[in-house]
Amino acid sequence: MKNWFKNIDSNLIRLLVITMIVFIIMAALVPSKFLTMRNIESMSFQFPELGLLSIAIMITMLTGGIDLSVVGIANLSGIFMALIFTKVIPEGTSGFPMFLYIIMGIIVGVSTGAFAGYLNGLLIAKVGITPILATLGTMQLFTGMAVVITKGFAISGFPEAFLIIGNSKILFVSFPLFIFILTTAGISILLSKTSLGINLYLIGTNEKAAVFSGIKKSQVLIKSYMLSGILGGITGVIMIARTNSAKADYGSSYVLQAILVSVLGGVNPAGGFGKVIGVVIAVLALQFLSSGFSMLRFSNFAKEFIWGAFLLFIMVLNFVQNRKAAKNIVKKEDSK
Amino acid sequence: MKISESGSMLKRFRHEFIILAIIVVLSIIIGSINSQFYSIGNIYSLLKSTVIMGLFALGSFLVLVSGDIDISFTAIGVFCMYVTSKLVLLVMPGAGIVLIMLVAGLIGVLLGFINAVFISLLKMPGLIVTLGTGSMIRGFLLTFIGVRIINKLPDSMIAFSKITFLNRVQENGHIIGLSIGFVVFIALAILIYLALKYTVIGRAVYALGGDRVATARVGFNITKVQFFIYGTVGFLSGLAGITHSSFMRNGNPFDLVGTELSVIAAVVLGGTSITGGKGTVFGAVLGVFLLVLINNSLIMVGIPSYWQRAVIGIIILLSTGSVALQERRSQGV
Amino acid sequence: MEEELIVVENIEKRFPGVHALSDVSITLKKAEIRCLAGENGSGKSTLIKVISGIYKPESGSIRIEGEKFNSLQPIEAIRHGVQVIYQDLSLFPNLTVAENLALNSYLGNNKKIIKWKDVKKIASLALEKINVDIDLNKIVSTLTVADKQLVAISRALLNNAKIVIMDEPTTALTQKEVDSLFKIILNMKEMGISTLFVSHKLREVIEISEEITILRNGKKVAEGSIDQFDEPKIVYHMTGREVGAERYQYISQGGNNPALSIQNYSSSGNFENVSFDIHAGEILGITGLLGSGRTELALSLFGIHKHDSGKVLVEGKEVQIQSISDAVNNGIAYVPEDRLSEGLFLKQSIARNTYVSILDRLQNKLGFVDFEKANSTVDNWIENLSIATPSKEIPVSSLSGGNQQRVVLARWLATNAKILILNGPTVGVDIGSKEEIHNKLRDLAKGGLAVIIISDDIPEIVNNCNCILVMHKGHLVERLEGAETHENEIVAILKKLK
Repeated sequence: MKNWFKNIDSNLIRLLVITMIVFIIMAALVPSKFLTMRNIESMSFQFPELGLLSIAIMITMLTGGIDLSVVGIANLSGIFMALIFTKVIPEGTSGFPMFLYIIMGIIVGVSTGAFAGYLNGLLIAKVGITPILATLGTMQLFTGMAVVITKGFAISGFPEAFLIIGNSKILFVSFPLFIFILTTAGISILLSKTSLGINLYLIGTNEKAAVFSGIKKSQVLIKSYMLSGILGGITGVIMIARTNSAKADYGSSYVLQAILVSVLGGVNPAGGFGKVIGVVIAVLALQFLSSGFSMLRFSNFAKEFIWGAFLLFIMVLNFVQNRKAAKNIVKKEDSK
Repeated sequence: MKISESGSMLKRFRHEFIILAIIVVLSIIIGSINSQFYSIGNIYSLLKSTVIMGLFALGSFLVLVSGDIDISFTAIGVFCMYVTSKLVLLVMPGAGIVLIMLVAGLIGVLLGFINAVFISLLKMPGLIVTLGTGSMIRGFLLTFIGVRIINKLPDSMIAFSKITFLNRVQENGHIIGLSIGFVVFIALAILIYLALKYTVIGRAVYALGGDRVATARVGFNITKVQFFIYGTVGFLSGLAGITHSSFMRNGNPFDLVGTELSVIAAVVLGGTSITGGKGTVFGAVLGVFLLVLINNSLIMVGIPSYWQRAVIGIIILLSTGSVALQERRSQGV
Repeated sequence: MEEELIVVENIEKRFPGVHALSDVSITLKKAEIRCLAGENGSGKSTLIKVISGIYKPESGSIRIEGEKFNSLQPIEAIRHGVQVIYQDLSLFPNLTVAENLALNSYLGNNKKIIKWKDVKKIASLALEKINVDIDLNKIVSTLTVADKQLVAISRALLNNAKIVIMDEPTTALTQKEVDSLFKIILNMKEMGISTLFVSHKLREVIEISEEITILRNGKKVAEGSIDQFDEPKIVYHMTGREVGAERYQYISQGGNNPALSIQNYSSSGNFENVSFDIHAGEILGITGLLGSGRTELALSLFGIHKHDSGKVLVEGKEVQIQSISDAVNNGIAYVPEDRLSEGLFLKQSIARNTYVSILDRLQNKLGFVDFEKANSTVDNWIENLSIATPSKEIPVSSLSGGNQQRVVLARWLATNAKILILNGPTVGVDIGSKEEIHNKLRDLAKGGLAVIIISDDIPEIVNNCNCILVMHKGHLVERLEGAETHENEIVAILKKLK
C-alpha cells in the first residue's frame, strides 16, 4: 500500500497515456461519430457533473475522510433552486428582474451546499463521528428531506435564461465545462498554494501530528467538507439546468462513480495524496469510455462492467510497475 | 506482581446492550401509538424482513471486524441468484432448495475469492477493490447474462418462501407463520459466532482487525484468512440472493444493489468498529433488527413512507453521534 | 557444535536504496545472553527479521540447530524456537491477555479448533513461568506498557522458545521494571533459553549481557565477551569515532524575568501544585517514574490538556493557554515523545514537515502562502541544524532517526519559540546523532532559548541540564543542581520512590 502512492507521478503519466489511448481507440472504432464536433460538445456537457462531484470527493479524501452525501447535497440544492424557480418567481417576470431571481436561485443552491457541508464538518470534527458513517447518515437525511419536499415527484419548468447554464456555450466552450474549468482551477490553486490546502494534505497524512504541529484540525476539516458541499451545490445547478428538472434521487450511482474517478485519478483514500489534474484526466477517461461505448451500442451495464474492470486494471498495472521500479533501484545499487 | 481488575460483561458489551435497549424502547413507543405493532402478523413480518439484510450483514460483519470494507456483496448476491436460477431452470428445474442454495453459495464463494485475490495481492483497501469488482460483477450480469426478470422461478424456491413454522390461525381463517428463512439466518449467525470464537482462523479475523502487522509476525497466513473472509461473504451473499428472490417470487437482476451502505450502517450501529477488531455477531444482528424496525414501523406510527429516508438518516446520526461523544468523554478530551 | 543454536553466515540483504546487511555472520549459542548493538540504520533490525524469517536475504545461509534453511518462513522459525519480541510488542490490542498468549501456540502446533479451557490453562502456565500475575481476561489495549511487555515475553516463552530476541525492550520501562526484566532474563538463562538483546542503552547492555555483537552500517565491526568492552569502547565501535560528554554550564543571560514561570500549576488527576522558573539559557530536566505526570504537565503547558488552576507567566506576563495556538503564539513549542506517530508526516516532504507550524504566519490575507519565504526558512534551518539530505523535497521518511528529530526541531525553531519543551528528544536516536542534538540544544540555550527536557535517560539529563526536577505521582519531589549531581544519585532517588 505504501509503494502504491510513492510513485504517484509516474502513475499519473501512465493514466494520461492510457486515457489518450482510449480516446484514440474510440476514435478509430467509430470515427464517424466519435471524432465529430457534436460528440466532443456532447461530452463536454456531460462530464462536468461527475467531474465536480469527483473533485468534491477528492477534497474530503485528502483528509482521510469521504463525503458520501455529495450527490444528496446536489439534489437537495437542485430542489431548493427548483422551488424558487417555480414557486417564488412571479408570472411574467423577464429581463433584469428575472436575471436577479436566477442569481438568487443559484446563490440559494450553492449556499445549501455550504450549509450541508458545514453540518457534515461539525458532525465529523466536533462530534467525532467517522466520515463514512456521518456522511452516510447525512446522505440519507438530505435525500430524505428532498423526498419529503417533493414527495418523490420531479419539479420542472425552469426559466429559459437559467437553462442556458446547462445547455449553451460560452466562448466556444460549453457552459458546464466552463464552470468546471473555473472551479477546478480554483480548487487546484487552493490545494497547492494556500495554507488551507497544505493543511488538508497534512491532516490526511497524520492527524495526530497535524494537531501537535499547531494545525487547527476542526477548522480545516469543517472547511473541507464545506468546500465539498459547495461543489455539490454547484453540481446541482448544472444538473437541473441541463435536465430542466430536479429530483430527489437523481444520479444515485454518481457517488460510487465519483469515488472510482478519484481513486483512478490517484487520490489515496487513506489521505494525504492526490492531485486535481489526476482526477480531471480520470473523469475524461471515463467519459471517453462511456461515450465510445454508447456509440458502439454497449448498454449502460456494459459500461459499469468496463469501469470496474478499468479500475482494477489500472491498479494492477500500477502495482506491477511500482514493484518493477523498486527492483530496478535495487539492481542499480548492486552494480555500483 | 500486579493485580489488575477484570472487565465486567456489562462494560465489555455496553454498545450491544444500548442498542437492545433502544430496540425495546422504540418498540414500546411504536406499540403504544399503534397496538397493531404487537400483532403476531406484524412481528412475523418484521422478523422475515430481517433475513436478507441479516445474511448480508453477517458477511459485512466479518469484513469490518478484519479491518476492511466490502461493497460488492449485493452484486455477488444478485449475480448468484440470477445465474443459479437460470441454470437450474435450464438443467434441473425440479432441483430442491438445498441444492439451489448450495450452488448459489458456491458461485458466491468463487466470486468472493476474486475479491480475496485482489485484496491480498494488491494490498489495496477493500473499499476500492470491491468498488471495482462489484461494478464488474453487476455489469457482467446485466450485459452478458440477462436483464429480463425471471417470473417463473424453480418450484422449490417458490415453495421455500411458503415454508413457515410456529403457525397461528388468524380470525379470518388465514394461517400465518414465521418464515423458515429466519431460522436459516439465525442458524448461520450462530455458526459464524461459533467459528469466530472457537477456531483459530476465526480469531485471526479479529487479530487482523486489531493489528495487521502483528498478525503476520505471529505467523498467521494473512492470505488464507482473507480467502476465508471473502469466501464466506460470497457464500452468504449467494444465499441471500436466492432467499430474496424466493421471497419476492421473481428473479429481478436489478434488485439488491444499492443497499450496501445500509447494511454496513446496520452492522456499525450494532457496535462493530469501522476500523476493525471490535464487534460481535450479536451486535450486528441487533443492528439489523433496529434498522428493519425503523424501516418497517414508520408507517405504523402514521409517518408517511416518504419520511423514511430522512428518519433513518437522523437515527444513524443520533446513534453514531452519541457513541462518538461518549468515546470522547471517556478519553478526557 | 552442540552449543550452537543459530548459525547465520554471510548474509546479504538489500532494499531499494539501502544495503542493509553486508556479509554479516553471527552465531547464537544456547543459554547465552548476547547483546546486539548498533545505531539506527546499522542493520540490527534487519538482521533480526532475517533470523526470524520475515525477510529473505539475497544470499547467505541460516542454520537453526544444525538444520539448513533455504527460504525460512516465519512459522518455521517459530517452530524451531525462535521468538521475537518487537519494540511494538506485536500484541493484539483488541484481544484478551489469554488469547494473545495462546494464539501463538495454537498456530505453532497447527491446531484449528480453540478450547477456551485450554487457552486459560496455557495462558496461566505462561504467566507462571515468569512469576507474573495479570488478569487473563483483560483486553490488552488496557494494560500498561510494562504489563504488555510481560505478556509479550510470556507469549514468547510458551512455545518451547529456545531463544528470545528482544528489540529495544527497555525503552518504555522505568528503572524498577527494567530490573524485573533482567531478573526474568536470568531466569530464562537458567531454563536454558538464550536472549538476544537489541539495545542502544549502553549501561543496561553492560549490566545484563554476557556477549556482545556490534553492527555498523550493515557490517559486523566487533564481537566478544562483554568483559572486554566498556561504554566508550562500545560507543566507538557503534559510531566509528570518539564521543565525549561534558556537563552543561548555565550562563545567565541577564534580563529580569524568567522565560517561563509556572506557579501552583495543577490539573486534577495528573499533577498538583507544580511551580518552577526557567530562564533563557537554562536547560531544565524533568524526570521521574511512569505516571509521574511529566508528560501531562508538558501537554498542559502546550495547550493540549486542560489545567485546573495555577498561573503561567511567559517573560513575566501572565498568559492563558487553552489551546495549542495559544501556546505557539506565546512562544512555547513542544516536541513530542513519539516522533513517528505524533511528530512527523512521514510521506510528506522535509520542506512541508518543516514549515507546517509557520504556515499561518506565511500567508497573506487571501490565504496564499509565501513559498519563497517558506522555502528559504527551511533551507536556513536545514543548514543551521546540519540536517543531512540531498533535497528538501524528498519524503522525511527517507531520513535517519537523528535527522528526523532535527526536522521536528527545525519546525519549532522556525516559529521563534522562546521555550522549547522536548519529551524524550533522543529516544531511538543513534549515539552520534544524540551527541549532535545535545550540542544543538546547548547552542540554542546559549542563544537565548529556555529548554526543558523530559527524559528517562539519566545520563542525558545529568550531562545536559543545569537544573533537574524529579516528579512523582504528580508532585515535584526533588530539585537538583545539574552540575553537582551524579547519575547514581538520581538512580537512587528513583529507586526509593514507590
